[in-house]
Amino acid sequence: MHKRFGRTEVLKGVSLDIPRGEVLGIIGSSGSGKTTFLRCINLLEEYEVGTIELDGQAIGYRMIAGRRKRLRESEISDQRAEIGMVFQSFNLFPHMTVEQNIMLGLTKVRRMPSAAARTLAGAWLDRVGLTDKRDLYPYQLSGGQQQRVAIARAVAMEPKLMLLDEVTSALDPELVGEVLNVIRGLAHSGMTMLVVSHEMHFVRDIATRVVFMEGGRIAEEGPPGEILMRPRSARLVSFLNRFHGTGSQPAG
Amino acid sequence: MDGQQTFWQAAWIARFALLNGLLATIELSLLSIAIGTIIGSLGGIALQYGAWPLRALLRIYVDTLRGIPVLVLILASYYGLSLAKIQISAFTAGVVALGGFCGAHVSETVRGALGSIPIGQTEAAKAIGLRPFQRLWYVIVPQALRRMVGPWVNTAVEMVKGSSLLAIIGVVELLLATKQVIARTSIVIPFYLVACLAYLLLNFAIAQAGALLERRFSYIKA
Repeated sequence: MHKRFGRTEVLKGVSLDIPRGEVLGIIGSSGSGKTTFLRCINLLEEYEVGTIELDGQAIGYRMIAGRRKRLRESEISDQRAEIGMVFQSFNLFPHMTVEQNIMLGLTKVRRMPSAAARTLAGAWLDRVGLTDKRDLYPYQLSGGQQQRVAIARAVAMEPKLMLLDEVTSALDPELVGEVLNVIRGLAHSGMTMLVVSHEMHFVRDIATRVVFMEGGRIAEEGPPGEILMRPRSARLVSFLNRFHGTGSQPAG
Repeated sequence: MDGQQTFWQAAWIARFALLNGLLATIELSLLSIAIGTIIGSLGGIALQYGAWPLRALLRIYVDTLRGIPVLVLILASYYGLSLAKIQISAFTAGVVALGGFCGAHVSETVRGALGSIPIGQTEAAKAIGLRPFQRLWYVIVPQALRRMVGPWVNTAVEMVKGSSLLAIIGVVELLLATKQVIARTSIVIPFYLVACLAYLLLNFAIAQAGALLERRFSYIKA
């Protein structure tokens, strides 16, 4: 996978290569562009300059005679199906049961028969520990349970890449652990992930590489041990000090 | 008293006239609600997601028709269309006016309901790879429907009441049928009360249907 980013107002040149199986932690203060960067990858935000490639295929745009042309919505939809995303605010479909939430993409995008989709949804619900919640509606679940369903919904599509956007920021502190455990399991199973998080312990624990973003640029990058334990730039030092390496922080 | 009918005798004699009036009212209401709902569903979707020239045109339609009294619309439809050498019956002119009015209101209801669904729903639908129509059909519309029911029922009730204005252009619906019976019998208040009761029952039935729909959708929380 190859990603390059050009100049936008919030992102002033971000360039990253993410090998398969990498878990890339993205940290940075509010407004540093980390969430925007993540949202550009599956085109929830448009960007003006640069390219993002997934398995060598450019996402969202095609160069035609030297000009950048946006793909058709249906083509972009097909590309998004290869990229899973989990949101800070869960965004489960409130009119569907837990099982239906997970099955929707499988039946409508992957065109799986209902029975197969149900089996797969069941397997993922088992994996996130919510088998008994299968027929409940999202409002009947706790935040942590909702987020686990959202993760199951995304990974059931078997994406090539997962984007996790501050997935624990809207959770009560005592519910953070159950969600992080599920993500840790995914990381260990070799899923390629981009994880924007304020949970420094967690990032250090699961990331194979960490980038620190500041002002729309990558200010520092390296292995988690190095970035989080021996920061070089003064900005990163002060950023990390605010966390003291622990605890959750409000969303940015 | 000789020569003077009692109300019950008069009502028995007038039963078919009144019933035909009621049926005309029901027919007018159903037609204009059906036409308005079709226009409004498409119009509301276009207002929310359409290209700007289409949105601008629909905005003019919606704001114009919502800003004009129904009675004026009815007169404009009846006399205006005949001035334009379009030969239609008073009944049809009435359906055009009421249907167009209903369509404007439902358009705005649909647009509002679609627009009130949090953006995160669309983003989640995009993220699992659903195409634009699938996002609308499986994710947005089912949630928006519940938010439409209340205002839609209000509009439907307005249409039933608005159909009484067609008496002005000579459509023999419930009100005009009642007035004709009153003219024949000189029994005023009781027949008006009968008409009132019929309108009330009709609108009560619509409101009940609406409440049923809302209960049907009540599993959609948040």
